[in-house]
Formats: sequence, structure tokens, C-alpha cells
Amino acid sequence: MSYIICKKLKMGYEGKVVFENLSFAVNKGDYLCIVGENGSGKSTLMKGLLGLISPISGSIEYGEGLEKKYIGYLPQQSDIQSDFPGSVFEVVLSGTLNRRKIPFYSKEQKSIALNNMEKVGISGLKKKSFQELSGGQQQRVLLARALCATSKLIILDEPISGLDPLASQDLYDLVSELNKEGITVVMVSHDITSAVYHASHILHLSSDGFFYGSTHRYMHSSYGEKFLITDCPCDDCRHSKGGIRL
Amino acid sequence: MIEVLSYDFMVRALIIGALVSLCAALLGVVLVLKRYSMIGDGLSHVGFGALAVAAAANLAPLAVAVPVVIISAFLLLRLSKNSKIKGDAAIAVISSTALAVGVIVASVSGLNTDLNTYLFGSILATTKADTVLCIVLAVVVIVVFFVFYNKIFAVTFDEDFSKASGVRPALYNMIIALLTALTIVIGMRIMGTLLISALIIFPALSSMKLCKSFKSVIIVSGVLSIICFVSGLILSYYLDIPTGPAVVLFNCAVFIVFYIISSIKARL
Repeated sequence: MSYIICKKLKMGYEGKVVFENLSFAVNKGDYLCIVGENGSGKSTLMKGLLGLISPISGSIEYGEGLEKKYIGYLPQQSDIQSDFPGSVFEVVLSGTLNRRKIPFYSKEQKSIALNNMEKVGISGLKKKSFQELSGGQQQRVLLARALCATSKLIILDEPISGLDPLASQDLYDLVSELNKEGITVVMVSHDITSAVYHASHILHLSSDGFFYGSTHRYMHSSYGEKFLITDCPCDDCRHSKGGIRL
Repeated sequence: MIEVLSYDFMVRALIIGALVSLCAALLGVVLVLKRYSMIGDGLSHVGFGALAVAAAANLAPLAVAVPVVIISAFLLLRLSKNSKIKGDAAIAVISSTALAVGVIVASVSGLNTDLNTYLFGSILATTKADTVLCIVLAVVVIVVFFVFYNKIFAVTFDEDFSKASGVRPALYNMIIALLTALTIVIGMRIMGTLLISALIIFPALSSMKLCKSFKSVIIVSGVLSIICFVSGLILSYYLDIPTGPAVVLFNCAVFIVFYIISSIKARL
């Protein structure tokens, strides 16, 4: 069964169509990476999945008990005020706001926040101010916030942009770990090589169409082959000519 | 101090000023963090234009200024959202136009003494009705911040995330804009058109220099703002200088002190 099914989706903004006729599904346990060039509609699609903008036509359906308000969301770093004077705990707690309507946080919400901080390894930062943290630490705080909003599916928008290689690797490992624990992952990314390495499925958007399928099929598709190294010029790799090497 | 309070108008100025300072500081934290600080400035100029027109047409000043400023607040909020129009430029255009209209109307209808009052404020300009209105406004602002604190935090920190979680950022933005409009219209009688935006911006900036959590930023800016107002009022009484500018200078002094402390802390 699928958490999200998109059928013949047509989306755009300010009257401009960004993509149309897009159909794909996100199934329980998937790790879907959305790749594609700038302007191909990755962010537009993601905002559609979150319900921030509505499709022009077509449908986005949620199943398996998922509601769009219970999707965890990690925004692009440039959308976050990195100089915000809030404590780490305040930021993480705000992820639980979709759970209750009453004005104050309950004990349950606080323990959800603490659990998720532990999960992403930031328990020690609870009282720190968000603005004092490094980029990698801020991403972890926002990931903890996203996890507070969901037990099923998280959407990450270019989570590693702006991180150094080590922090990126840590984040990828953490996301893979969460995926193994049962969280379904949808990640918008520029980094096709890492996407192929980590994801179970790929959605590749481009100006003249899209590819959706398993990572394996993607690597053999015309979309995948264009971006992945298939012919390495070094001697050691000769034997793999025609095959896929990462 | 007791001598100061023996005048009715001073008591009124103290109550209205302290409450307006408190409201402006609380709202200011949100406005500054959302990069809307200039909206306060724009609205005060619109308020000036509206007051001048009301005075010239012999209408009740608040009955004209309140709706006009509220409508402008919603408009400016929309403009700032719209990426097609440069929000800050739009605010500058609207505020200077409103100021120009106000000055011309005032000069044509011969209201030159009042002009100074509107521009720089006067503690004599308040009435009993203003006091009541101000108390009501302050209660509403405090209740809104208390009850919706978590949502205001979420909307201020990350609008998209809060919207995805089912919080309605547009609603909270509108509440903040509405309360800001009211605070400005009421506060500009004492502080003046040109100085009221200082009440919105300074306490928030000062408290952000030293506070690490959103809650402490809000509480500290509220307290700072009241302290600065009361100090400015008393100083202006004894030195016989205008109140609004004295309050602004107090706020500025506090900001400089906080700035220095935070720079020293950063180096330790």
C-alpha cells in the first residue's frame, strides 16, 4: 500500500506550468530521492506533497493512515533563519504542534521531543541557542523537529546543501538509519551519485519528462546513464566498461 | 516621582506609554524576526496622513486612523509576501506618500501647531478614552501572546513548516498586523509618527543581543521597553525636553550597552 499516490499531476506557480502528467507513488518503507535540474519542479512538487500549494490538475492522495499534516518536513537551509534566537528545545518542540489544539505543550509532546533529540544525537544541545550551532547541528535540530511531526514519512529538501563533506556523510548515514527503523524518506537532492547510493527509488524530473522507478532501473535508464559514470578512463576500471560504477 | 504623578496628564501618559511600549516590544520581536520591521515605520506614516485628514475634515481622529492603518497593515503584509514587488521599496513609497499627503492637508487647513504634535508626539495629547482603549489593547496583546505563544513561535521561525503542520500562518500574520496597527495608532500620539517605530525595533534588537531563547527574548524586550519608556518620561519631565525623543535615546543607549556586553561575551 502507498503513503502517497500522485496521478497525472500538473503543478506550477503564478500561472506558469512547471511540470505536468507526473505520476508516481511513495510506498511504506521507501527511500525516494527526487533529482533533476534547477527549475524542473523539485521544490514545487515537494510543496505540493506538503499541501503548501495546490496542484493545477491531477491528484495527490494519501493512504495507509498518513495525513498530510503528519508529514515531517526538513526545509532547505536557505529558508531557515540561522540567526534565530530560539533554544534547541523550543525549535524541536514546535514539531509537535500538529498533535494537539490546546495552547501549551503537554508532557507527552515534551517526551516526544526529547526522544527525537536523542535519536539524532543532539540531547546535549537542548539548552543551546539555535543561532550558536554549526550548519550540521542545525540540520540535526531541524531533523529532530521533522521527526516530532511524524512517525511515518519525512520529506527533506536538499538537506546537505551548505554542509561540509563530513557533516553531509553523517546526515546521509542518519537518514539511512531512520529509514531502516521504518521511517519512509522522500529527499530532494542535487547529488545524484549519493542519491543512487542511498535511495531505493528515484524520481528524476527534467524539462522534457520524468523517470520514476527503482534505483536499479534508474541506473540503466537513459536518465541515469547521462549522469552516472559508466566509462571510467582508468586502467583498473576497464573491465567494467559498459557497466555501472559508482 | 510623586510630584510627577500629581498631574493627571502625566499619569495618563505613564499608563498609556508603558502599555504601548509593552505591546510594541512584544509585537516587535515577531516583526523584526520576520523581517517586517519597516512595516511599523510605514504604518506610522500612514497613521499620520489619516490623522491629518481627520483633523482637517473635523472627524474623530481615531475613527479615521484606525481603519485606514489596519487596511494598510494588511496591504503591506501582502506586498512583503509578493516576490514580484520589492516589499521594502513598496513600504518606502507608501509611507512617504502618506506623509506628504498629511503635511499638505495639515498646511492647507492651517493645523500647523498640531503637525509638530503628530510628528514628534506629545504627552498632553492623550485623553481618558485613550487610556481605556490602551488598557484593552494591552490586555488583548498579552492574552494573544500567552495563549498562542507556541504557534507564534512556529510561525515566526518557519512559516512553511508551521503551515504543513496545520497551523495557519496567514491567520497569525493577520492578528500580528492588526495589533501592530492598533498599537501604532494609539502610541503615535505620545511618541510621534517619526519615533514610534523605534519602540517596535529597539527592544527586540537589544534583547536578541543577550537572550538565547525565544521566550526570554520576548519577556526581556517587554520589560526593557517599559523601563526605557518610564525613564525617558521622567527624564523629559525634569529636563523639560520632548518625551518621544528621550524615550528613543534611552532605548538606543540600552541597545549600545547590550551590544557591547554581547561583543565582550563573544570574545571570552
